[in-house]
Amino acid sequence: MSVLIVKNVSKAFDQNKIIDNIDIELHEGEIVSLLGVSGGGKTTLFNIIAGISKPDSGKVYLDGEDITGRSGLVSYMLQKDMLLPYKTVLDNVALPLVIKGMKKREAREKAMKYFDQFGLSGYENKYPKALSGGMRQRAAFLRTYLFSGKVAILDEPFSALDMLTKGEIHRWYMDIMQELRMSTLFVTHDMDEAIMLSDRIYILTGTPGTITKEIIITEGKFKPKDFNLTKEFLVYKQEIVSTLSN
Amino acid sequence: MLPSPLAVVEAFVEEFDELMLHLRVTLTEAVVGLAVGVLLGFVLAVAMDACQVLYKAFYPVIILTQTVPTVAIAPLLVLWFGYEMLPKVILVVLTTFFPIAVGLINGFKSVDTDEIKLLQAMGASKLQIFIHIKLPGALGQFFAGLKISASYAVVGAVISEWLGGFEGLGVYMTRVKKAFAFDKMFAVIFLISIVSLLLMKLVELLQKKFMPWMEKE
Repeated sequence: MSVLIVKNVSKAFDQNKIIDNIDIELHEGEIVSLLGVSGGGKTTLFNIIAGISKPDSGKVYLDGEDITGRSGLVSYMLQKDMLLPYKTVLDNVALPLVIKGMKKREAREKAMKYFDQFGLSGYENKYPKALSGGMRQRAAFLRTYLFSGKVAILDEPFSALDMLTKGEIHRWYMDIMQELRMSTLFVTHDMDEAIMLSDRIYILTGTPGTITKEIIITEGKFKPKDFNLTKEFLVYKQEIVSTLSN
Repeated sequence: MLPSPLAVVEAFVEEFDELMLHLRVTLTEAVVGLAVGVLLGFVLAVAMDACQVLYKAFYPVIILTQTVPTVAIAPLLVLWFGYEMLPKVILVVLTTFFPIAVGLINGFKSVDTDEIKLLQAMGASKLQIFIHIKLPGALGQFFAGLKISASYAVVGAVISEWLGGFEGLGVYMTRVKKAFAFDKMFAVIFLISIVSLLLMKLVELLQKKFMPWMEKE
């Protein structure tokens, strides 16, 4: 069943069409990646899905309900981890609950329950600068989860991490997603990452940006660690490269 | 003309009670003026941040108020408001609101737009964005402005007292100057410096209290 549907979405700024007729579907529990070159309108598309920007035409549906132009429903995680330096880790994470009108104490209590699961216990009252890159990322994920808990859109969530931390976070993310029953749509530049993590890949190319191809990874999101050394992996990669270079 | 340090210390001790009496008046003017100045600066900054038209209308006027020399306004204030505390407090307000307002406006404007975007995506209202992002983000600039304002406050109060009044360190200063009592003159100068430094230290302590995230781990 589709939890998130983006239908015929187009948007222009000052006569320049940025994205044209975008159709995207996200099924429950899926990880889907959106792959494309920089400046291809991915951020514009995400702003529309998050509800902070309105499309010129087209609709966004969450669980069948039209949410076009409504914010606060789909969790949005921006490129940087965006932990606010002047709030403790706990207050950072509890922020979406507070914004929704929950009392501060209640929000803290609720957020606290997940600290163990997200590998953050002991850091509740520290400020973000005391955290390592991977921990900051996990804190940002926890905040994203507490934001809506159902559908998350992530803008290059792993791009700031080094190779080793990235692999670790990838595996951790898949596990936690499974546990929390979240569906994810994320943007990436990294083909390997897209193939390793996703159930499906949308390729966004051209000006204005359009979805030129949808690739289904038949292995699903859970793949062996060394999948990137197999022939199947290379076949997917070749397909992506040829789509991007057209 | 230049008294020995010993003479200055002696003068300070000798005149201590008298100095404290005047200090109390000056400090009251400075603190009340600073408090009102901070409030005014804050209100102006918030209004100008919320509304572009207000920003365009008021910013040049605010700059203009700072180009008029204090010494030139002070006699006018005395004429308009008399010899009591009010003209002094007004002068302190005029000198202290500016660093606060400018600091806060710059602070509000320098907030990371992605942070605002994140909160918008969470469905935050303008007020929530102000409370959670803009206000804490501008605190550093606010305290930098407050430090300047705190030192201006004492000096501003003293200058306004020069130009008319019955009590205060400025009044005392003009008196001892006319008597050519340079040792006392220097004693009061040091007292003013020390009080300014103490006020700035107090601001620093406040900053530590309100910005705990700046502490080193």
